[in-house]
Amino acid sequence: MNWASFYAVISGVNRHSTGIGRIWLSVLFIFRILVLVVAAESVWGDEKSGFTCNTQQPGCNSVCYDHFFPISHIRLWALQLILVSTPALLVAMHVAHRRHVDKRIYKLSGRSNPKDLEMIKTQKMKISGALWWTYVISLFFRIGFEVTFMYLFYMIYPGYKMIRLVKCDSYPCPNTVDCFVSRPTEKTVFTVFMLAVSGVCIILNIAEVLFLVGKAYGKHLHTAGESTVGAWIQQKLCS
Amino acid sequence: MSWPILYAQLVGVNRHSTSLGKVWLSVLFIFRVMVLVVAAESVWGDEQSDFTCNTLQPGCENVCYDQFFPVSHIRLWCLQLLFVSTPPLLVTMYVAYRNQRDRKRLLEGSGRSSFLSNKSQEEDLDTLKRRRLPIAGALWWTYAFSLLFRLLFEGGFMYALYVVYDGFHMPRLVQCDQWPCPNLVDCFVSRPTEKTIFTVFMTTISSICMVLNMAELSYLVAKAVTR
Repeated sequence: MNWASFYAVISGVNRHSTGIGRIWLSVLFIFRILVLVVAAESVWGDEKSGFTCNTQQPGCNSVCYDHFFPISHIRLWALQLILVSTPALLVAMHVAHRRHVDKRIYKLSGRSNPKDLEMIKTQKMKISGALWWTYVISLFFRIGFEVTFMYLFYMIYPGYKMIRLVKCDSYPCPNTVDCFVSRPTEKTVFTVFMLAVSGVCIILNIAEVLFLVGKAYGKHLHTAGESTVGAWIQQKLCS
Repeated sequence: MSWPILYAQLVGVNRHSTSLGKVWLSVLFIFRVMVLVVAAESVWGDEQSDFTCNTLQPGCENVCYDQFFPVSHIRLWCLQLLFVSTPPLLVTMYVAYRNQRDRKRLLEGSGRSSFLSNKSQEEDLDTLKRRRLPIAGALWWTYAFSLLFRLLFEGGFMYALYVVYDGFHMPRLVQCDQWPCPNLVDCFVSRPTEKTIFTVFMTTISSICMVLNMAELSYLVAKAVTR
């Protein structure tokens, strides 16, 4: 899994994030992707070869493994990390579009010297207007994906504890056989860790949404004097 | 593969560290991360496949391995290194925040005084980016807290390793009577001496890092007091 190139793509988003967004990005990379690649993948590395059933019936091992582990934790986490990071690209695309529009305006107004165009490329966009909406929608998508995956996890693997023993009687196993999972305690430790960090990321995203909403409302109060929440919501929806 | 990403993040910290901090960072990367990746991971590579119990009972080896090795040394060290490397990033974030604030002030200030040429403004912004902030005021507190957290994490993980494995010695033989093992079986750990050597090595380097952190903290406190 080429996380290095993924990292290169996502860290470009860093420039247009709020402070909380940057913290979220660091937590994502250090405590989730790095832990996944460096530690968790080796814990789950021998999950199939170390899965032993108390029978010599050929095929029973494979069938039972498949029955109890339809999709491995590692793959679920990799998918979760990819889907959760992708909404940030919406913001990057919006910023690129804005820059493109600004460049055209500059060219049309005659200020097309390379220095001005360079300035457009390097300036930091303010999170307001349509970009504010894109950012907030991307945050909602992030929260949605995180929660969906946590729910999926709970559905496929009820409880977050990895069981040591599973009893299996799928064909071709001759009767109910005992099958033993490899490294269940270590897997439980990492499952709890990854879920805790997911929870922290959800909290960071919610905090960022509240921060953006609060900042926009504060700006509206500052510019429009006495105003109600209703008027602000109306102005935001119509802008 | 991913350790270079962490390295890239931390190298930026180097600029705003004291000399002891730079020594700590080098020790971290050369004696801990590199040793972990290059040597320790291959020693622990076959820890479960070569864990042999004196029984043919299926499942007994899995269960006994799980009982005696709830979390592998390698994973504990990886987590320790990740947690210990994170507080310095607080310092980088604070420096970035300060630079941004000062840049805003500079741009606002030059906007008011219109006789400041573009070139001198650019030079000022450049020096702002490249300057080394003195460790004083809020930056001192951020740095001191990051050192404290580093110490806490190092100590915490060393204690966890000691508690989980009852000392830093890897036994050659463990006796296990968990179900489904039919009775008390002997189980043999693979490469116990090599694992003991590496455990002692990593623990020693952890202690050296803790000593460096404590020295750095005392140096900062002494510097603040004399000021």
